[in-house]
Amino acid sequence: MRYSVFSILNQALRGNTGWKPVWREPEPRPAYDIIIVGGGGHGLATAYYLSNVYGITNVAVLEKGYLGSGNIGRNTTIIRSNYLLDGNEPFYEMSLKLWEGLEQDFNYNAMVSQRGVLNLYHSDGQRDAYARRGNAMILNGADAELIDQDRVRAMYPFLDFDNGRFPIQGGLLQRRGGSVRHDGVAWGYARGADSRGVDIIQHCEVQGFIMEGGTCVGVETSRGPIRANRVGVAAAGSSSRVMEQAGMRLPIESHVLQAFVSEGLKPIIPGVITYGAGHFYISQSDKGGLVFGGDIDGYNSYAQRGNLPILEHVCEGGMALMPAIGKARMVRSWGGIMDMSMDGSPIIDRTPIDGLYLNAGWCYGGFKATPASGYCFAHLLATGEPHDNAAAYRLDRFRSGAVIDEKGSGAQPNLH
Amino acid sequence: MLINHPLLGPRDAAEFTCFGDASLLLRPDPGPNGEPDQAAMDAFHDYLHLRDNPAGTHQELWYHEQGDRSWLVVTRDTINHSIIKVELARNVKARNLKTREGAG
Amino acid sequence: MDADFRLKGGLINRRKPLDFSFNGAGLSGYAGDTLASALLANGRHFVGRSFKYHRPRGILSAGVEEPNALVTIGTGAMADPNIRATVAELYDGMVARSQNHLGSLEWDLLSVNDAFSPLFGAGFYYKTFMWPAAFWEKLYEPMIRRAAGLGALSGQDDPSRYDKGYRHCDLLVIGSGPAGLMAALTAGRAGLRVILAEQDFIMGGRLNAERERIDGMPGAEWAAKACAELTAMDNVMMMPRTTIYGAYDHGVYGALERITDHLNDGEDGDGGDQPRQILWRIYSRRAVLAAGSIERPIAFGHNDRPGIMLAGSVREYANRYAVAAGRRVIVFTNNNDGWRTAHDLRSRGVEVAALIDTRSDIDLPAPAGVRVIQGSAITDTKGRTRVRSITLMSGEELACDSVAVSGGWSPTVHLTCHHRGRPKWDASIAGFIPAGEIPPGMDVIGAAAGKMATSEALQGGITAGTSAARDLGGKTVKMAMPDCEDRAFGIDPVWHIPSSRARAWVDFQNDVTTKDIRQSHLEGFRSVEHLKRYTTLGMATDQGKTANIPGLAVMAEISGKSMDEVGTTIFRPPYTPVPIGAFAGRGRGPDFMPTRIPPSHRWAEERGAVFVETGLWLRAQWYPQPGETHWRESVDREVIATRSSVGICDVSTLGKIDIKGADAGEFVNRVYANGFAKLPVGKVRYGLMLRDDGFVMDDGTTARMAENHFIMTTTTANAGGVYRHLEYCRQCLWPELDVALISATDQSAQFAVAGPNSRRLLEKIVDDGVDLSNAAFPFMACGAITICGGVEARLFRISFSGELAYELAVPARFGDALARVLMQAGEEFGVTPYGTEALNVMRIEKGHATANELNGQTSAHHLGMGRMLSPNKDFIGRIMAHRPELTRGDGIRLVGLKPVDPAKMLSAGAHFLEADAPSRASHDLGWMSSVAYSPILNSSIGLGFVKNGYERMNSTVRAVDFMRGTDIEVEITSPHFIDPEGRRLHD
Repeated sequence: MRYSVFSILNQALRGNTGWKPVWREPEPRPAYDIIIVGGGGHGLATAYYLSNVYGITNVAVLEKGYLGSGNIGRNTTIIRSNYLLDGNEPFYEMSLKLWEGLEQDFNYNAMVSQRGVLNLYHSDGQRDAYARRGNAMILNGADAELIDQDRVRAMYPFLDFDNGRFPIQGGLLQRRGGSVRHDGVAWGYARGADSRGVDIIQHCEVQGFIMEGGTCVGVETSRGPIRANRVGVAAAGSSSRVMEQAGMRLPIESHVLQAFVSEGLKPIIPGVITYGAGHFYISQSDKGGLVFGGDIDGYNSYAQRGNLPILEHVCEGGMALMPAIGKARMVRSWGGIMDMSMDGSPIIDRTPIDGLYLNAGWCYGGFKATPASGYCFAHLLATGEPHDNAAAYRLDRFRSGAVIDEKGSGAQPNLH
Repeated sequence: MLINHPLLGPRDAAEFTCFGDASLLLRPDPGPNGEPDQAAMDAFHDYLHLRDNPAGTHQELWYHEQGDRSWLVVTRDTINHSIIKVELARNVKARNLKTREGAG
Repeated sequence: MDADFRLKGGLINRRKPLDFSFNGAGLSGYAGDTLASALLANGRHFVGRSFKYHRPRGILSAGVEEPNALVTIGTGAMADPNIRATVAELYDGMVARSQNHLGSLEWDLLSVNDAFSPLFGAGFYYKTFMWPAAFWEKLYEPMIRRAAGLGALSGQDDPSRYDKGYRHCDLLVIGSGPAGLMAALTAGRAGLRVILAEQDFIMGGRLNAERERIDGMPGAEWAAKACAELTAMDNVMMMPRTTIYGAYDHGVYGALERITDHLNDGEDGDGGDQPRQILWRIYSRRAVLAAGSIERPIAFGHNDRPGIMLAGSVREYANRYAVAAGRRVIVFTNNNDGWRTAHDLRSRGVEVAALIDTRSDIDLPAPAGVRVIQGSAITDTKGRTRVRSITLMSGEELACDSVAVSGGWSPTVHLTCHHRGRPKWDASIAGFIPAGEIPPGMDVIGAAAGKMATSEALQGGITAGTSAARDLGGKTVKMAMPDCEDRAFGIDPVWHIPSSRARAWVDFQNDVTTKDIRQSHLEGFRSVEHLKRYTTLGMATDQGKTANIPGLAVMAEISGKSMDEVGTTIFRPPYTPVPIGAFAGRGRGPDFMPTRIPPSHRWAEERGAVFVETGLWLRAQWYPQPGETHWRESVDREVIATRSSVGICDVSTLGKIDIKGADAGEFVNRVYANGFAKLPVGKVRYGLMLRDDGFVMDDGTTARMAENHFIMTTTTANAGGVYRHLEYCRQCLWPELDVALISATDQSAQFAVAGPNSRRLLEKIVDDGVDLSNAAFPFMACGAITICGGVEARLFRISFSGELAYELAVPARFGDALARVLMQAGEEFGVTPYGTEALNVMRIEKGHATANELNGQTSAHHLGMGRMLSPNKDFIGRIMAHRPELTRGDGIRLVGLKPVDPAKMLSAGAHFLEADAPSRASHDLGWMSSVAYSPILNSSIGLGFVKNGYERMNSTVRAVDFMRGTDIEVEITSPHFIDPEGRRLHD
């Protein structure tokens, strides 16, 4: 069913009783061309681009829970392409361009909203580092502006310009950055893939890989064995658990990242803003909730919940930056499992096992990457070759030293 | 979280910095000086980058940064965060050095 | 005089009348009222508008579950939006306003949305607003955003103060109803350290809302007596107005205590010495959750009109607050509890027009004079801003001005789910009860555990208290079970009335109706999480406390599943919303982070220094002189003075690590990439430190003070990180080495004394017998000396500026004095203090790398220090430093850069491109990492990384800075701009 003003009017007249399921609930077939393990944002996007761009529709997406139940459904919804390093920036810029055309492409309003992402700087050194980054963004075809304190003040008059511990000197602004309604992304991709014939199979847990002569030819699942020519794993925080079943150890640790949302409030924060002297960033959703977060808790966890020290630390950063939010009340906190990689950058690559492909290591930046990740993973699965924009995301980079370490923290996943 | 420091008793985890998998204690044999051989390169690659990352019992390093600066090996469940054991890292390392010598 | 709807009795203080205003109208209530009870006493039900359809909404409940009665309390910067009137303790002078309307509350222009509600079904926005694409951000979204939210922040800095605190106890009791009180009494008498936390401003929970008797006295009186006993115990801490908002790991609970919210503290928030709220972290050995249960509504046609309330709340308003919900109340129930409300209202003289029970053949005593209608239901209601009548299934219409609805009670299991416990369905009470991974050490008792009878609650308290006492070493106490009256719990769950054709609300605040749930099911959003996310069910400020269970039940019914199969969404902290300001506490403004000041800070202040934040440190950036109007004038002067005579600079912020032990030499040799084994006593060496992944971690100088004693310095930024790394190496990698470390950064004040006259200056302050001649104390010498007549000091002949220079360290307490002594002694040389800017200029002139170059992404080869990697030893980072990308010959190299036109100014962050190359990343040659203006060279100079930089030496490239709009031709040079041979160092 195509969505339009007319479909809504038509349904309104019929008491909204004629809507069709957005996706089917198919039984798994015995074999597919391609199986995607993981029905989160990246897995669903991969299926969407396989079916819509690469013409491969004999595809199954296997999801342990309900579709979109992972980090696509619990993040702070920010999109941006303000990366420094050459390995990253072309990929994230590709992603941002895909976001810009996404809704018309999949006929679903995911509320892509380019209200600007502003990263504040508080010292000359930070300003120069942002200048380097902004210039790298321009060289990669993205947009970036380095703005001074006056321009920051014009955009966000209620920041603590006068009394703060760390003076706000200015910021790096990417106007094309913004936010997206996260669940809508999962649903839009699922609907778009399903309509092309992709089977999205929920509540189907992968319990092992079927190997023949060293080649992966399918998966064992809670709903029986399913064979495939190629298997792509896009299991985010569960990547290590899934790949362990193929005997692989990954350059990944799973950590908890908390995020927070306040009660709905009348609009006060127009765009996305990141504090440069503490772990805090914030935006306001279209429903009025202040959506904010900071750093990971710092310890390995699969618990999908965090603890108080980081929560309090994030709020301290918030109050240091904008004391006007003191009376806004946090209504929900949650934790997601982050697949923190050893250099803070992701992996989209073949594995040493024929037929088995990996998409992992997104740290806490996976949401904005969803379209490009799906596109590039689809490209890899369809052609067997890495997409140009994801060419740096190889597993062997830790051997060669071609790491993509934006923060320069080294092989210490909880510092990225 | 509370970490029961072997010397100081229970301390809030906020006093500590977590450094991940305690397999970092097992730094591989670097081999002869100068240009390393492939075996050493491989061993260090795995040591520094590859992780079991278990969902369950996990031995990990915590540094008492806002305290006595001990490095601890904490055995903790990554699913429910319960702590099973806390030891001084130097004792754990000394123990496995001894084991290695015994084996050698 | 009492307001119109005030009854007799209650727990309010009639001797303390309070004046307040709502939307400008002056009203009055009593101490002990909430805003909601005071409004109801004045006959005011209609107090708000719903989120989506802007429908008139009244007070639904008497507690934290309130979805409708959200108001803004206070004015100016103290305006506090989205306050639930039902828990706002009334104070004299309270100013409350309704929210979320365009125009007045009564005539809200946005209520037009309601007329178009068929268009705004579940998830309508996912299906439209897409054409044309550009219109989303320009038209549709701004329109939606304008309608967003309920209350508004003032936009001013929050003037309230918030504190944080830590408390420890054996047993934390959460909730002070019969179960919690009994648990606290038992544990308290057993001698345990008990904290009893209650979100309400009076203790007693439902006992204050009911008329039942315990031990022969009214429940509220029994509760007060129990509280008196508890208050008298030294080992028990009573915490009213305290919400336990979260259960964290290892017995840690988050608590929010409201200190001044019930006081009138005016617009500036200056409530005296008290903080507004205190965020407590409570460390408990055990916890008892006695949080009771929350009543839920039934979804029938137009069940959202003002005047339609929860039956238990209607009862609470009558009994506790002495307020009648209306003059003609209709009770509608699917369980026995509704009957209680009818009885209590009658006994207080309120007319009950009908008691409607969805069940048939119920044999309960009927309240006198009340028409009981069994086996029926309300299908619709009328009344725009207040319910006026209801329609029964039979079609009969009954007039009323209030409806008390009971759809049953849901145990308050929220905290049991904070460790991802998944509650299970208990059909006998038609509610979810705790199950799965409840937080370790937590007992759940009373209604929170699905034990609905008062006797079960009391007994649960005794059992939990006794078990805690037994396990935690308390005394054995014999507890007598109080006498109490139980009422049989009976329910036949009816969630919605299928024969209702009108819209029936499930989530009042977010306007989710049973039709939305039906549509959600139709479209495939059937799992509870999909339902929640697609319809926004339970995502409002009330977190679905009344909406979730009915919503899930309707979904279960539509999809033909059991409640257990459907399950619940996950309850997450906080239990009720907590202000961001409270989580932050005092960590805001200048107190966000501590400020570290070097030993000479006061002296620098006296000299009028301009300071700069470097990490947590506040350092002197330059020292302006009278007449200097631009910072460059000051910095140029400081550089020239230093290079031509002598300058001093406080460098105490550098990290200093004291290393001692028989294996100290071996240890230092292993942590640095270059050789240290042969460093003689009395000498200093530059050291390059790698991470084990082969990238450069830090650099600094290390002095061998004695055979087994080294002093290492680190960069200011990495002081903590390097120390941590060394402790890691010592404890985790090489415990067999005999070595001890201590961070000594704060122990000493260290000054650079630099410039051709530095030796002559120092000679004036060192004690007799200290020989500073080049022969006795050459470049890179170090030693312990005394100065100024016996002050112990350490002297290092090292130079960051490239001049003849020393660093002189004294105990930190002499730092201020040393600055003054140096200035005095140096007067004849025109000694000049210099700040971090001049320091930076001089290090760039010398080509020294700092944080801009040692950014964690560069290797020794990138920095031009590849040859420092010792081939004769093992060291941290050795193996991985040989990875091809770290050593490749055509990789980036640190070089110097000069504008071809000396009038041009370089900018850090610029990227390098060939003269004719397009502005594309594929042609990017590197970047400028540091720039400075050299008053010696009279030119802007820079350091930067250039691909294949050594091959490009003396060639030119463009330094392109899109951010600042510059494009400058620069020459690639050696990074050593001044004295490349280092002659001055050795003078």
